[in-house]
Amino acid sequence: MSNQTEPVYIESAMCPVPIRDRGYVIMGHGSGGKLSHDLITARFLPAFDNESLRAGNDAGIVQMIGCTSLAISTDSHVVWPLFFPGGDIGKLAVCGTVNDVAMMGAQPAYLTAGFILEEGLEIGLLEKVVESMQAAAEEAGVQIVAGDTKVVERGKADGIYINTAGIGMVLPATDIGGANARPGDVVIVSGTLGDHGIAVLGARGELGFESDIQSDVAPLNRLVMAILEASDNVHVLRDPTRGGLGTTLNEIARQSQVSIVIHENKLPIRPAVRAACEMLGFDPLYIANEGKLIAIVAPKDAEAVLATMRQTRYGEEAAIIGEVTADPPGRVLQKTGFGSTRIVDMLMGEMLPRIC
Amino acid sequence: MKYIDEFRDAELVKKTVAEIHRTVTQPWTLMEICGGQTHAIMHFGIDQLLPPEIELVHGPGCPVCVTPLEQIDKALEIASRPDVIFTSYGDMLRVPGSNKDLFSIRAAGGDVRVVYSPLDAVKIAQQNPDKQVVFFAIGFETTAPANAMSVVQAKALGLTNFSILVSHVRVPPAMHAILGSPRNRVQGFLAAGHVNAVMGYWEYPPIAEQYQVPMVVTGFEPLDILQGILQTVKQLEQGRCEVENAYARAVTFEGNKPAQAVIDQVFQECDRKWRGIGTIPVSGWCLRPEFADFNAETRFDVAAIQPEESPLCISGLILQGLKKPNECPAFGKECTPEHPLGATMVSGEGACAAYYRYKREL
Repeated sequence: MSNQTEPVYIESAMCPVPIRDRGYVIMGHGSGGKLSHDLITARFLPAFDNESLRAGNDAGIVQMIGCTSLAISTDSHVVWPLFFPGGDIGKLAVCGTVNDVAMMGAQPAYLTAGFILEEGLEIGLLEKVVESMQAAAEEAGVQIVAGDTKVVERGKADGIYINTAGIGMVLPATDIGGANARPGDVVIVSGTLGDHGIAVLGARGELGFESDIQSDVAPLNRLVMAILEASDNVHVLRDPTRGGLGTTLNEIARQSQVSIVIHENKLPIRPAVRAACEMLGFDPLYIANEGKLIAIVAPKDAEAVLATMRQTRYGEEAAIIGEVTADPPGRVLQKTGFGSTRIVDMLMGEMLPRIC
Repeated sequence: MKYIDEFRDAELVKKTVAEIHRTVTQPWTLMEICGGQTHAIMHFGIDQLLPPEIELVHGPGCPVCVTPLEQIDKALEIASRPDVIFTSYGDMLRVPGSNKDLFSIRAAGGDVRVVYSPLDAVKIAQQNPDKQVVFFAIGFETTAPANAMSVVQAKALGLTNFSILVSHVRVPPAMHAILGSPRNRVQGFLAAGHVNAVMGYWEYPPIAEQYQVPMVVTGFEPLDILQGILQTVKQLEQGRCEVENAYARAVTFEGNKPAQAVIDQVFQECDRKWRGIGTIPVSGWCLRPEFADFNAETRFDVAAIQPEESPLCISGLILQGLKKPNECPAFGKECTPEHPLGATMVSGEGACAAYYRYKREL
């Protein structure tokens, strides 16, 4: 092969300007990352604008006359495949909403369920999903009290889509929300990161290798109640679902106008998840979780909250992963094992495997 | 995790960093060729550990960034056709052509699929005999063997519904282009370990000799990169300009002979345009005449698509190591990964994207 070429003298740099607004919804709008965030702030918020929605939390808080505060949330589930190691769309649909309500310091009580079914779906499969929903509801201590069913022609949906909505009473004297993180607070995560996303990828056969990673999908309301019993100084609770820990911490940093510093060597990540991410070029910080929460608490209570979490189901592998600082506001930083620092941004669009 | 943890060992990293500090006596400018290395340097904050005398500039080795506009426009044209399943490495989906990207094509109804390997695209072709399956064969020497193998397999299977849109580039001509430029600042190269795992480094000694620059074949973990920097700086301090291998666990002098053989069987050298840089003579690979049936450009009659790029950002200067991403006035303002103005911001391996993600305000 020749390696002698005439040198090229390049005097002007060139590159094109792509269309900024595609004018279409693309998959990245559903990734839970920055595109989703932009869609909400640019399209939904201006139309529906109100105080509860503007707070930007997992559930809206409302005050009805003569009642305590209520947390209300809703979540739609379109996961494929419908069954994956560790869970299924039914369990996910119940846990997703239970967790969103619980993250406001509320005890979820009632759920609704809306089903969109594709023509040709096996009834036996639907039964399995429904049984799984009921089992998850029993574990969480909630009742599914209203529902709706629609059927669409074959090809217009993918088996089953489920929407759930949930309501719960906010515990008295509780003020938990994404805007409440304060400098000095400690950041705790309830367990290993990225299990759900990698389990689903594996179930789709997209890993290209065998894996025994199980989804972490679980109702976290009992864990939340245990945390709130252990401390009156819990400032933020949030479950890092789509977009992963990295995106969720960015949302909190922006809402609270603080900086969040996490330590790379303290992040609990299963070796199998790390290995899958290394091979596929993914960052575990952006992989979805469905049974994990982030607790941001005052430093004096951090150890007590950690100890309580570790004694509670779904919190056994909890770890302190970082702290809140004042500057730079709105930023998440990660300290590496060798003392350097980098920015952790929101997930940008869809997470794509890198070429090499 | 074996082969990962030992190359991220904090104590060994600190030791190597200390040795670099002891070795350096004057300013040196090094270029890491590969976008994967740029990404790792930013991800692990390796540049923050180095003495101020060492400046790292980022090379053109991001395959997604340098894929020329015309090839992307051809891809968009082919992927829009209703009889086509267009397959690609994931990174390419958000790279803008003249006015669209593959995401937009997919949103508008095109069948665009991400594959991890071109051999998966061959399988899709077997499973969909009534569709034309096209694979976007981009990349450096690293992806060339698998891309070549897909054509060999398709031919052996007698598939008439599989073709590839080729946009392959090679590292050595890019090194010549950078080192031969009157504005060149690069005094030493960290060669791209993955490329060398395929090609070996037998092509490099004449280049090191001609331009009097040391080159060190370098891996991608923090310790690999620091070791590459240390060996390059040692050579510079001692006035040597040799080709050394700091990635011996993956790279030999000869490289992977069967992989080189399959590349040679399927591809021949040709001139290639690099996005943001321009045409570099014999810097690419295209299909040999005996595999012309698998050329998507002729099958879909898109060879005439030749759009012009408009001069708006400095990604070309960045790809040549003449500018740093944060020296661009658009960086982080008009130009972000969500709204990229240039190829270097589009790809996860692009230098601008790496800067944006990891250190824009540090």
